[in-house]
Amino acid sequence: MNMNTHRLKADHLTAGYDKKMIINDIHIQIPDHKISIIIGANACGKSTLLKSFARLLKPEYGDIVLDGKKISTLSTKQVARTIGLLPQSPVVPEGIKVFDLVSRGRYPYQSFGKSNTKEDFIAVEKAMDVMGITKIANENTDELSGGQRQRVWIAMALAQQTDILILDEPTTFLDITYQVEILDLLTDLNKKMGTTILMVLHDINLTARYADYLFAMKDGKLVASGTPHEVITENTMKEVFALSCEVITDPLTGSPLILPKGRHHLFTKSHG
Amino acid sequence: MNREKQIKIFILCIFAMILVVMASLSFGARKIGFTDVITALVGTETDTLVSRIVQERIPRTIFSIVAGSALAVSGAIMQTITRNPISDPSILGVNTGASLAVVAGIAWFQINTYTQYIFVAVIGAFAAAIFVYGIASLGYGGITPVKLALSGAATSAALSSMVSAVMLPRTEVMNAFRFWQVGSVSGAEWKGMLLLLPIVLIAFLIVVCMIPSLNMISLGDETAKGLGVNVNFVRGVAAFAGVILCGSVTALAGPIGFVGLMIPHIVRMLFGSDMKYMIPFSAVGGAILLTGSDVIGRMIGSPGELEVGVVTALIGAPVLIAIVRKSKGK
Repeated sequence: MNMNTHRLKADHLTAGYDKKMIINDIHIQIPDHKISIIIGANACGKSTLLKSFARLLKPEYGDIVLDGKKISTLSTKQVARTIGLLPQSPVVPEGIKVFDLVSRGRYPYQSFGKSNTKEDFIAVEKAMDVMGITKIANENTDELSGGQRQRVWIAMALAQQTDILILDEPTTFLDITYQVEILDLLTDLNKKMGTTILMVLHDINLTARYADYLFAMKDGKLVASGTPHEVITENTMKEVFALSCEVITDPLTGSPLILPKGRHHLFTKSHG
Repeated sequence: MNREKQIKIFILCIFAMILVVMASLSFGARKIGFTDVITALVGTETDTLVSRIVQERIPRTIFSIVAGSALAVSGAIMQTITRNPISDPSILGVNTGASLAVVAGIAWFQINTYTQYIFVAVIGAFAAAIFVYGIASLGYGGITPVKLALSGAATSAALSSMVSAVMLPRTEVMNAFRFWQVGSVSGAEWKGMLLLLPIVLIAFLIVVCMIPSLNMISLGDETAKGLGVNVNFVRGVAAFAGVILCGSVTALAGPIGFVGLMIPHIVRMLFGSDMKYMIPFSAVGGAILLTGSDVIGRMIGSPGELEVGVVTALIGAPVLIAIVRKSKGK
């Protein structure tokens, strides 16, 4: 467990692009040492919110507050030692080895004449070990499978040794096996190191299983927040996704499980 | 890429460098043997005919080394900050912008000193760079590699026809102008070099300091920002250094194309895209390519010579086609 807790919140945040506001007056405290997942339909502003938390986007009104200070007043390198980010589509440079890519996560700790220290090396080795990629350290990253490459990216964010980790759809474009694997690894991280994790996920059922806390957004506003049991209900799903569904209990985990209704293939009930 | 192979390539580079320098001092209207070149360089007799010829070829050789490395590093920077494999000072129109500025300066403002050439060329280079970037960022989806290349190619074509338009009616000064159109290192003098060298060295120093940050930018803007890089600042300063490098070389040599495109590509193929290798090896490779091309130009153009810009274009065009084919296959 980390000794000091870093706290991240959005303080009446309004943000968007080119004067077109995507999210409106969002007020969220990210729960410490928990896995929080933002859900919502396409274009609801969840990525915009995540980008604001990661200081990629300047707020129009309101602030992102880290440990009581406006994030815009902190040096970006300083923030990078507290908040790690895995964007949705990072670019793999040509011909870069896994070890070298993971090492780039050490950038916030390096300065001119102070690079590749023993600490850097240890952090990189540890990050690769946690993500199980030590064996492929000398392989070319652009030749790896999607799932392995995603492990490398997360390892890079781990080498950054931050207490807060922000991930934008870390399981998109991955096979189901890799999706579960990545979410398991993130849960390990949260349990062992106490890392606060904030991410956007598309799959509601995986979200319900892996999230400690949920934020549901619609049209740039926060419409529901709480534990999976509190948020994943037939009513909220209808409100957030305009989806008609039934919620049952996942027999494996006890978490809520949604069954979308759709217009076809349903059993016709004899009564009613 | 293992250490052993890196060292082998490094040694190969040194040999190639020595070879092209020797060839550059040896070939010309009067061919001088390698042994005579060495005698002229290290010997005490400085007043013989042979030794004077060799000494006259020294500025040209040094200039092609400096210009070649400046152009290649400029190309490496532009490819990195635009994350576009076909960025290069000539494709982005920066070279042509610099030469148009110089040609216009000579034709209408009677500029005639090296300081004025460099000053005007760098301004022209910046104007072209900003214009091309501005055009490319118009329209839906913001700036993309393809739009940047298209905008650069179109601008470059327009600017070079403007260069011709300024030059053609002025037949009496056309000869002096000619190398502004194709690029040449033959007119190199110590005076111009003394001006160019500090500019290139300062720009190199800036680039070397930016190596770690440029590496982060190659991971994508969002990843770089997440790692604490001030992306706009890094991109701005690196672009500044890149434009200065190619602008000042163009001021003295005219537009020399393809060096900035080819060399970073070859280096990336050999060492990957780590700027730690890209920058120094591009510098060395650019020097070898430009000096070698100059020698080739003197050999195949004999008894006169072929401007180095023509030679690099002849070598570069097939390489560009190969690159485009390769990136299409991905």
